[in-house]
Amino acid sequence: MDEFDTSELDKIRAEVSESQMKQKTCITICGGTGCHAYGCLKVAEAFKEEIKRQNLQNKVDVRTTGCHGFCERGPIVVIQPEGIFYQRIQLNDIKEVISETIINKKILDRLLYIDPRTEEKIVYEKDVPFYKKQERIIFGNNGFIDPTDIKDYIALDGFKALVKVLFDMTSEEVIDEIKASGLRGRGGAGFPTGKKWEICRKENSEKKYIICNADEGDPGAYMDRSLLEGNPCCVIEGMIIGAYAIGASQGFIYVRMEYPLAVKNVTLAIEQAKKLGLLGKSILGSEFQFDIHIFKGAGAFVSGEETSLMASIEGRRAFPRQRPPFPAQEGLWGKPTNINNVETWANVPLIINKGAEWYSQIGTKKSKGTKIFSLVGKINNTGLVEVPMGIKLKEIIYDIGGGIKDNKKFKAVQTGGPSGGCIPADKLDLPIDFDTLTKAGSMMGSGGMIVVDEDTCMVDIARYFLEFSQEESCGKCVPCRVGTKQLVEILTHITRGEGVEEDIKKLKDLAKSVKEGSLCGLGQTAPNPVLTTIRYFRDEYEAHIKEKSCPALVCKDLIVYNIEPEKCVGCLLCLKSCPVGAITGERKKVHIINQELCIKCGVCFEVCPPKVAAVSKYTGKKRDRILKKDLKQRVKE
Amino acid sequence: MEKVIDEFDKDQRELIHLLHEIQKQFGYIPAHMISQIARQLKISESEIFGVLTFYKAFTLKPRGKHLITICMGTACHVRGAPKILDEFKRELSIEPGETSGDNLFTLETVNCVGACALGPIVIINGDYHGQMKTREVDKLIKICRQKNGKR
Repeated sequence: MDEFDTSELDKIRAEVSESQMKQKTCITICGGTGCHAYGCLKVAEAFKEEIKRQNLQNKVDVRTTGCHGFCERGPIVVIQPEGIFYQRIQLNDIKEVISETIINKKILDRLLYIDPRTEEKIVYEKDVPFYKKQERIIFGNNGFIDPTDIKDYIALDGFKALVKVLFDMTSEEVIDEIKASGLRGRGGAGFPTGKKWEICRKENSEKKYIICNADEGDPGAYMDRSLLEGNPCCVIEGMIIGAYAIGASQGFIYVRMEYPLAVKNVTLAIEQAKKLGLLGKSILGSEFQFDIHIFKGAGAFVSGEETSLMASIEGRRAFPRQRPPFPAQEGLWGKPTNINNVETWANVPLIINKGAEWYSQIGTKKSKGTKIFSLVGKINNTGLVEVPMGIKLKEIIYDIGGGIKDNKKFKAVQTGGPSGGCIPADKLDLPIDFDTLTKAGSMMGSGGMIVVDEDTCMVDIARYFLEFSQEESCGKCVPCRVGTKQLVEILTHITRGEGVEEDIKKLKDLAKSVKEGSLCGLGQTAPNPVLTTIRYFRDEYEAHIKEKSCPALVCKDLIVYNIEPEKCVGCLLCLKSCPVGAITGERKKVHIINQELCIKCGVCFEVCPPKVAAVSKYTGKKRDRILKKDLKQRVKE
Repeated sequence: MEKVIDEFDKDQRELIHLLHEIQKQFGYIPAHMISQIARQLKISESEIFGVLTFYKAFTLKPRGKHLITICMGTACHVRGAPKILDEFKRELSIEPGETSGDNLFTLETVNCVGACALGPIVIINGDYHGQMKTREVDKLIKICRQKNGKR
């Protein structure tokens, strides 16, 4: 086996920067899962072909990079070093990008991002409002790195922190540095990372393990995936440093099987790191040895809970167990184990490189650093945003997120996934950190931020999350297994218009029992969505129960679709699209929905041209009147 | 089949890796393989059955030719995923987790694929179909059927 030392890294850095100097222009194409789905790979191929055709290989480089975060506008192309930002690029744009922008240095107006608020066209990535208010200290490198080539990461000072740790710092010094930085676990609970490491460090055992928890199960959250996909080496570097501090010789990355690209890229990164002597025996010529294994999850939400995750690695059902003993004392195969989330590991090299003092200046008093959120739902700019802790919700939703889709009214933002809660409009000034979110009845969670508008029914959202938790409950303890089932049933009754007045009290009482009686985090937090929606949107529950109406017009059993006779132009569109033939009428004559046949699939509402907008939804008394009229009509016939 | 199993160490920690491999190669876990796995890993058959029915990744029944996966993540939910699912259920007359009588389609749901900007999203045989509309469901099913007719 070859001997490697730190000079190897410097050599690679020099090599890469030299070749990048030669090729002055680099077309970077976002290669995250979002852009993949938009067809970015074909775009990258087409760029390569066109460059070959025009014989520009020596001048222009094409690089498929990690996720840029602005998934809404994919496929995204950024031309470096200028940072020209082209969005929603299509295959037939490519020829022109090469001949105009690359050769003639002309900007193609039609590919630029238009700020919807000022209607101004924006040329450079750094000027796009989506990026402007972000502080991308962890996520920023994604856009420059080809995640399948470790050299790109090394060139951007990758593994410098590792060298510093291995040769200039003791384990205790590393732990002190992490403690001083104030870094708290990014998986949701926010436990101080340095303290966690110290506990595991102090355990007396010849074998210790560390784990990277990449079982990102919260629906609507995908920052961990993007980090692993886009910059796997920073997570690996963080893990090696952690292993050195704790004294572990083996590490695992437990990654969801629903993330095939992340599995692929991180596997590749580990192989390359091994070849360069960054993993394995005698890392970079030091006495330290450490290895990382990939463990592909098998589709169970509960395996994100640390004790379940370890059971899963051991080849068993992902059942949680009682704590203590904590994993730091008795973890994998009974040995002391330290487990951190992807984003936590990714913060480590940065803290070592720039120092705890620098790091602790970012954020609030008790929550340091930045946090990556996945901003999704009814928002204009869906994507991943990295912001300093303490930023106001309003700034994320309006300044970065560009406000609500289709000019609708903001209703709430849901944070923390199925374990979290909803935060209503009057709390938009809330500065976000671990503690303020908990106080508002929600939680930071791993960073999912789902924005909902006036067209979202809060009872339905509560039912959705409870149904999720109920299905994912492993069934080991009764409060969670039976309690969540009962909560779902009560909520389902309410959304069907079968609720009774005692239901709200019943929900609250039951929620309390489930929270207090459950064994693990899944059950202890599962009732949060119910409790916060009752706390902030009680009127919606009451409307469902007392008036049998769904104010957001979502709950199927409480609404009807109706064609407005004065608006309908008789175009036959809805009639032809109706999958059950419930619409009758003739060309240029008003169409009518037969309410008895209607399955409320909403196709008529979808296909009716926006200019006509003849199909409406009704609930409550108006719905009753329509149903009565319909019945009369059919009795007549 | 035995070759697949033989490649794994005789230890319970290999169980999930092994099941992944079998699922990948055969498209399901044939029930008669459980005893072989038990012998190789030196664990009981009931333990294996427990594990493979616990995780969503493993199925004891073969899947249909076309695997339709509907993302039911929160972002997709608020953008109308339940309606899309209802339409697939109606068109195919099957529930999630089931395979159609002609073995052509298997319908599944997934909690989140993390492509939230494209929601609601449907994945058919690995291809992503983003920003789905209820009226497009029928078209996608027809395309699958046509593909099959040609073969």
